[in-house]
Amino acid sequence: MKSKEQLVVIGNGMAPGRMLEHLQEIEPARYKITIFNAEPRVNYNRLMLSPVLSGEKCYEDIITHSDSWYAEHNITLHKHSPITNINTSEKYVTTASGIQKQYDKLVIATGSKPIVIPIPGHDLPGVMVYRDLDDVETMLSVAKKCSNAVVIGGGLLGLEAAAGLSAQGMNVTVVHLADHLMEKQLDKPAALLLEKAMQARGIRILTSANTAQIDGTDKVTGITLKDGTTLPAELVVMAVGIKPSTELAESAGLSVNRGIDVDNQMRTSERSVYALGECVEHHGNCYGLVAPLYDMAKVLAQTLAENSAEYSGSVLSTKLKVSGVDLFSAGDFLGSGDSDEIVVRDAANGVYRRLVLQDNRIVGVVLYGDTSDSAWFFDLLKKQTDISDIRSTVIFGAAYQGDPNADPTSAVAALPDSAEICGCNGVCKSTINTAINGGANSLESVRSITKASASCGSCTGLVEQLLTLSLGEQYQPAELLPMCGCTELGHADVRRLIKAKSLKTIDEVLQALEWSSSCGCAKCRPALNYYLVCEWPADYADDYQSRFINERVHANIQQDGTFSVVPRMWGGVTSASELRAIADVVDKFNVPMVKVTGGQRIDMLGIKKEQLPEVWKDLGTAGFVSGHAYAKGLRTVKTCVGKQWCRFGTQDSTALGVRLEKYLWGSWTPAKVKLAVSGCPRNCAEATCKDIGVICVESGFDLHFAGAAGLDIKGTEVLGHVDTFDEVEEYVSALLQMYREQGHYLERIYKWANRVSIDEIKKQIMENADTRLAYARRFSESQLIAQHDPWASRTDNNMQANEFSLKPVAAVEVVA
Amino acid sequence: MSESSHYWYRACFAAEIPRRGSIRVSHGRLKIAIFKTAKDEIFALEDKCPHKGGPLSAGIVHNNCVTCPLHNWDISLESGKALGADKGATARFKVQVSDDVVMLYVKKTPSLSVV
Repeated sequence: MKSKEQLVVIGNGMAPGRMLEHLQEIEPARYKITIFNAEPRVNYNRLMLSPVLSGEKCYEDIITHSDSWYAEHNITLHKHSPITNINTSEKYVTTASGIQKQYDKLVIATGSKPIVIPIPGHDLPGVMVYRDLDDVETMLSVAKKCSNAVVIGGGLLGLEAAAGLSAQGMNVTVVHLADHLMEKQLDKPAALLLEKAMQARGIRILTSANTAQIDGTDKVTGITLKDGTTLPAELVVMAVGIKPSTELAESAGLSVNRGIDVDNQMRTSERSVYALGECVEHHGNCYGLVAPLYDMAKVLAQTLAENSAEYSGSVLSTKLKVSGVDLFSAGDFLGSGDSDEIVVRDAANGVYRRLVLQDNRIVGVVLYGDTSDSAWFFDLLKKQTDISDIRSTVIFGAAYQGDPNADPTSAVAALPDSAEICGCNGVCKSTINTAINGGANSLESVRSITKASASCGSCTGLVEQLLTLSLGEQYQPAELLPMCGCTELGHADVRRLIKAKSLKTIDEVLQALEWSSSCGCAKCRPALNYYLVCEWPADYADDYQSRFINERVHANIQQDGTFSVVPRMWGGVTSASELRAIADVVDKFNVPMVKVTGGQRIDMLGIKKEQLPEVWKDLGTAGFVSGHAYAKGLRTVKTCVGKQWCRFGTQDSTALGVRLEKYLWGSWTPAKVKLAVSGCPRNCAEATCKDIGVICVESGFDLHFAGAAGLDIKGTEVLGHVDTFDEVEEYVSALLQMYREQGHYLERIYKWANRVSIDEIKKQIMENADTRLAYARRFSESQLIAQHDPWASRTDNNMQANEFSLKPVAAVEVVA
Repeated sequence: MSESSHYWYRACFAAEIPRRGSIRVSHGRLKIAIFKTAKDEIFALEDKCPHKGGPLSAGIVHNNCVTCPLHNWDISLESGKALGADKGATARFKVQVSDDVVMLYVKKTPSLSVV
């Protein structure tokens, strides 16, 4: 068999990442692929750096390809390995550390570098650019310590950096050379609206401002403008543009102009050497936005697969990723002498729309404030559709080209099948609809199948509208549902922001996330309390007043206001002395009812609140701990007797159940968690309808999860197979921790799994050892704090003792 | 019912009530829940939801209302009335706090002697 051709890729940014994805789809077996990356990381979505800076997302959220992706596709990734030399005649590359690698085909994707203006002081500590994750991390750490920042450059990147730093609490001034913001993408009226919106967030904007020098001796103290104005700053971010990184290509003798010259097939001047992304120049154009890079990626993948494909340049469109600011521009938005324009303004509502027309065709679009029609306009522009028939109403958008009272989804409904919905990934409407008709019924599934809305996310609304159009009320965008009436934010956003903004008390959350009620409500407070307990196990003081009564008094409230008490019986195993102690409690407190539960324990019902501390004391003396029958935490681990007794048993399921229960009880979870361990596939412990189930087999243990036997009935999904008790403990605790960190409050495991996808969970727990071990470690850390018996720790606390008191009032004689 | 049939009774110390929480006291067979809000305001209601009699003292206190633990009715601490779409009201009692002592104005019970 012919050995595989060697494909070497220099750079691991978004363009080569996307190219490799395409190549894997069309020619997975052809090449042995090796990537050399100067950055010490896997491929992440650079578009999403701004949400990371503002704290709306974290690094893990923006990873495109995790380590396992490279392993899965048998791609070798050398991180932290910059290439220093290309030998095109003998076809090999050399890394900085001297490693040489032969290639049959070479792809250069060295990207671009931010431009640093060589003014005095530009090399002082505290002056930085905004380009990669290291920059974001530096900015975040500076933002914690310092208060004043200046951003030089009021373009796309500069404004996103400014908004991010401002969200981190800094006073930010944007210094911009041109007379209005984003002059390459916006006309003046839209830029003025944008300026107003930025100022409303507390960001100061100086236009027509020319920086003379950066002040400071051993570090930055501020900047001075040419007109003499000085601005104090401990952080100066230069965001004035990018230039293609071409040094490597130049030294290898490739034809380079501004960028590396490529033809329509992405070939450079040298045979077998290709280039794509921000480092290239195609017919005189260099691109710095993601959509063209993805167009190039498609073409290069086809070229490498030896199919014919042609890149003919891209029509650009722009969106600003600053939350709460909607703007869109595309094409020749300024117009020329012989073009017409249609403009609508609603200054009070901050809405501005402008279409530039030439011969009844749209050549440019600027939308500000309401960008819902951007896809429709962009489609008309790219197709050069003649709009003479709709010219009088076109500015109002697709919804007005028929029924004027159409519903909000009508704009999307009116789009032709070929209209592009996701500009980043070039996904058109029909592709998304095909996915939906093929069974994708959530945003996540559409994303994983089509990639629509998976990059910058600004078309999420459009994708959701398509889901609504196709599925009607069956489609519930759970991610977007607000947590409760006190906030617009959904559970996922709240969790992310708690982490990003280091919010450590309920009051801080309510304040920082602008809750509309003064102290939350019965819906959000328990959820927030859980999220804080989970996120800051060591720092957060559990707020009992935000817990449901059952978790506050460690017993189950009944319809008559009395409580039921369930002591833990590990794995359902008990003894004569335990049963005797329970009998004594029943007699002493005159417990009205004693019942065996479904979870293999004994329930004492009808205990008065004021009796609870005494009941616990007696049970505790006998060696019992709380059974958490009330808790959003581990409830029971149901077991069968296993091979110790059963003639069919394959493993000691009882001992395993006891061990799991002893290891897992304590930490709070989003909703209750029930386990079972069956000693053989006959499954007497009914493990296949539990949140987590273990089925023992001769060769070890089959792990199951995401079952349900309540409001919904659902068999479990198979997580995987492990060999030993130790592994069961590791994998199950990792799964539980993943659920603890991702589950929405009150969302059972099967619903969470449905939301984040069964496959993703399997991948993280079964295939990705690093991730699994990290989850398992975080679980055990949380247990250090959480695993204490609440009954024992509550008996001697005075304030909490008042919870159970019921003293008579005493009459007094006179009150003034 | 005339005012003279009511007395001020000493119930508890304000410091004993957790903020956004409650304490229970009894008066004959009557159970009263005394609440303290996030702003340290104190209110007293009969410990009985107008819906199914659930113990309001076990509810979550937010703003000036409490959510019954049995079926999540929201009851106003100021008026004792069910909020939102639910109808009904629970008895409320006048409260006075001096020197941290919480006093309730409650109907005199013949079985209790005045101290």
